[in-house]
Amino acid sequence: MAITVTINEETREIDAPGDMPLLWALRQELGMVGTKFGCGIGMCGACTVHLDGQAVRSCSLPLSAIGDKKVSTIEHLAQSEVGQALQQAWLDDDVMQCGYCQAGQLMSATALLNTNATPSDDEIDAAMQGNICRCACYKRIKTAIAQVSRKEDTANV
Amino acid sequence: MSEATTLSRRTLLKVSALAGGGFALSATMPMVARAVGAEASAPAELTAFVTIAPDNTVTIIGKNPEIGQGIKTSLPMIVAEELDADWDLVKIEMAETNMAKYGPQLAGGSFSTPMNWMPMRQTGATARAMLIAAAAQKWGVSAASLGTEPGKVVEKASGRSATYGELASLAATIPVPDPESLTLKDQADFRIIGRAIGGIDSPKIVRGEPIFGVDTQLPGMVYAAYERSPVFGATLKNADVEAAKAQPGVIDAFIVRGNGNAEELVDGVAVIASNWWLANRARSALKPEWDNGEWASHSTTGYAAKAKELMDGGKAAQVFGERGDMAGALASAAKVVTADYSYPFLAHAAMEPMNCTALMREDGVMEMWAPSQTPQGGLTSVAEYLGLPPEKVIVHITRMGGGFGRRLNNDYMVQVAAIAKEMPGTPVQLIWSREDDVRTDFYRPAGWHRLTASIDADGKMTGLKDHFVTFDLGESPFNPALMSPDTFPAKLMDNLLLEQDMLRTAIPMGALRAPNSNALAFVTQSFLDEVAHETGKDLPTLLMEIIEDAETEPTTMGFTGPTPGFNPNRVRAVTSKVMDMADWGKPVADGHALGFGYYWSHQGYFAEVVEVSLSDSNKVQVHNVWCAGDVGNQIINPFGALNQVEGSIIDGIGQALQLAVEVEGGAVKQSNFHNYPLPRMPMTPQIHVEWVKSDNSPTGLGEPALPPVIPALTNALFALTGKRVRSLPIDTSLFS
Ligand code: FES
Ligand code: FES
Repeated sequence: MAITVTINEETREIDAPGDMPLLWALRQELGMVGTKFGCGIGMCGACTVHLDGQAVRSCSLPLSAIGDKKVSTIEHLAQSEVGQALQQAWLDDDVMQCGYCQAGQLMSATALLNTNATPSDDEIDAAMQGNICRCACYKRIKTAIAQVSRKEDTANV
Repeated sequence: MSEATTLSRRTLLKVSALAGGGFALSATMPMVARAVGAEASAPAELTAFVTIAPDNTVTIIGKNPEIGQGIKTSLPMIVAEELDADWDLVKIEMAETNMAKYGPQLAGGSFSTPMNWMPMRQTGATARAMLIAAAAQKWGVSAASLGTEPGKVVEKASGRSATYGELASLAATIPVPDPESLTLKDQADFRIIGRAIGGIDSPKIVRGEPIFGVDTQLPGMVYAAYERSPVFGATLKNADVEAAKAQPGVIDAFIVRGNGNAEELVDGVAVIASNWWLANRARSALKPEWDNGEWASHSTTGYAAKAKELMDGGKAAQVFGERGDMAGALASAAKVVTADYSYPFLAHAAMEPMNCTALMREDGVMEMWAPSQTPQGGLTSVAEYLGLPPEKVIVHITRMGGGFGRRLNNDYMVQVAAIAKEMPGTPVQLIWSREDDVRTDFYRPAGWHRLTASIDADGKMTGLKDHFVTFDLGESPFNPALMSPDTFPAKLMDNLLLEQDMLRTAIPMGALRAPNSNALAFVTQSFLDEVAHETGKDLPTLLMEIIEDAETEPTTMGFTGPTPGFNPNRVRAVTSKVMDMADWGKPVADGHALGFGYYWSHQGYFAEVVEVSLSDSNKVQVHNVWCAGDVGNQIINPFGALNQVEGSIIDGIGQALQLAVEVEGGAVKQSNFHNYPLPRMPMTPQIHVEWVKSDNSPTGLGEPALPPVIPALTNALFALTGKRVRSLPIDTSLFS
């Protein structure tokens, strides 16, 4: 039986078992491959998407558990101001090496700045420690987040 | 349409006109192809390497696989520099796999930069010379009166100009000059090389566009998972294929017979489904029975016990380096220092799990989309396995989510070929789970060393002995488990004895970022720190003593072209630089300490200083890392270069602090990131990098910054606690 999920502001019918994790439905049922597979057990953050704005690991989220919550993915990130600002900061600082983890990093960073526009260093560490970057671009990821957050800061004064 | 070719020592070039007007310069690199024994003559068909369209866009082929080291951006930067292109109008297209055209297309050994530096410059310079010649012809003036600015030819006196796009069609009729006859740019005039330029794929990455191997999507594609024994060397007795086929979504399941070679194909069961998650889940229904043979009794603790036994037994089976009279040096020594060092197996854990997509086409061609660091090797392995001529295998090179040496082996390519050949006409994407990846890797080999140094009455180190226990491949150690007799400081010792014993194993081994050096730097630089301490000096001082009389070794012709030999001045320069940067010898914060490490690998010289402290619970905290590196006279892309160094340093710290692969019952115990804990953001120290420029061609940066950070860290812990770390990963109970 098809499952109905709202993804990136569109209603999608997915013909898959309810226990299939959202990650695999996105990638292989809907062809949205921006969300990445890294570990399958919630340990790396490569598969991070937003569920009603919260960062969640889509590898560990069964389709049947989504209900009427709204899913948003990396393909939709540019639609939000903070997301777009982070994408630009990622390019300005040339954050990535292989780039494979970066969709997840960007989704986690956006969720962080959406709830806390000016996080401290430790708060960035805490929010981002679930996202592994095997290439270890951590220094630049942190700098890019801090840059966007400072801009937010000045914009709100 | 005109065609002309010219051949220089390094590059074969051919010009042709583009269909819609425009210029195409094709290039092959016979010298780099010949260096690895490939056919050096011109292939029948050349592919355009640099094209200039009438709209002034320049397209350059990226020929080497991109694993995150930035090569897809940096090699075209070199071409664009000599072409004097406008970088904003440059597009990069990924090449297909073809040894005869492009020479080695490989991402490994930090080879790509030194190997391609000259051919890329010459190719760009040739195109520029032809555009100038075209303008000279058009305006009826001498070429000498013309110059270029980004994207256009300019007449110096009048200031009139024409864009490359406007000149492209005419340039396609100009005979190709001999690249050797062209004057290359003076480095002071570089406009693109040396500029911090973002990765060419980065905009696509931040938008989540499909560019990685695992993002490959083909109409009608199905997904495969592969069940194999966790015990290395096992063969398959049987499996319940029918039970797997009965699982939801499963399209097929079948047994695949391997050839016993882990680098190609081991026995297993393929499960095919419409979605990989369904295929992977159905593996649990297979209940396979394996014949584990003798290997099920193997374990890493067993190897360690055996190594100790061999070292305690005295004389080793083989001597692999000897000079002077080591026994005499020990007999007459005022002081003898001896210590045992060891390091574990390590996995690569590239972020994108192993995968490959294959289609056995109706016309008998096997077409593949492969995230491989050695796509040419993969192509050959697949052709041999299938019994096809190499031209019947097409390999598209995809971007990779990291390599670190794992993707030098192409087992997943042969695996998917074996599956796809059973399903002609259907594209198959094979994906490994993270558990598959961690448990069936080609591991950095473990190793054991008993080191002994003799010190005379003046406190001078007079000799070095190492009893090394490693893993063999027939008569000699397996390549990544090899210690060269030239390993620093062996070559500079008056008295030396290097000997080894070898253990047998079925554990597949391979190259991990900075192979050999990633382990040997820890062993040798930590032991030298012990010697320094015993003689009342610091490691930089001892290092300077050791190299005091060393001479610069001659440049040799290597795999990558001219390879400069060991140069003590480069050691001195990076060492004194990093000491300045870190205020070495000055007081540090309470409860903090500094440690130093130096290493020369992959043609790069690196000296690093690490500042550590211990938390209340004895957790190691790395605060600062200072790094001075010499990779020649030019940093091609400072953005990518710094990123590589920062990543290498954090990678090394992670290895030192928390990574090990253990084997029990012939199988790897670790399986995923909960028990193979890669570094995370909170571990990131402040990293300070400075370049020392030396008069050498630029060399690669994927590896050489990693090795010295490990001994710098363990030496800092000694300075802090007086406890010597002699085994990795660091056991913090040492400090309580
Ligand atoms: S793939 Fe979901 S957290 Fe790693
Ligand atoms: S950029 Fe490679 S894993 Fe993060």
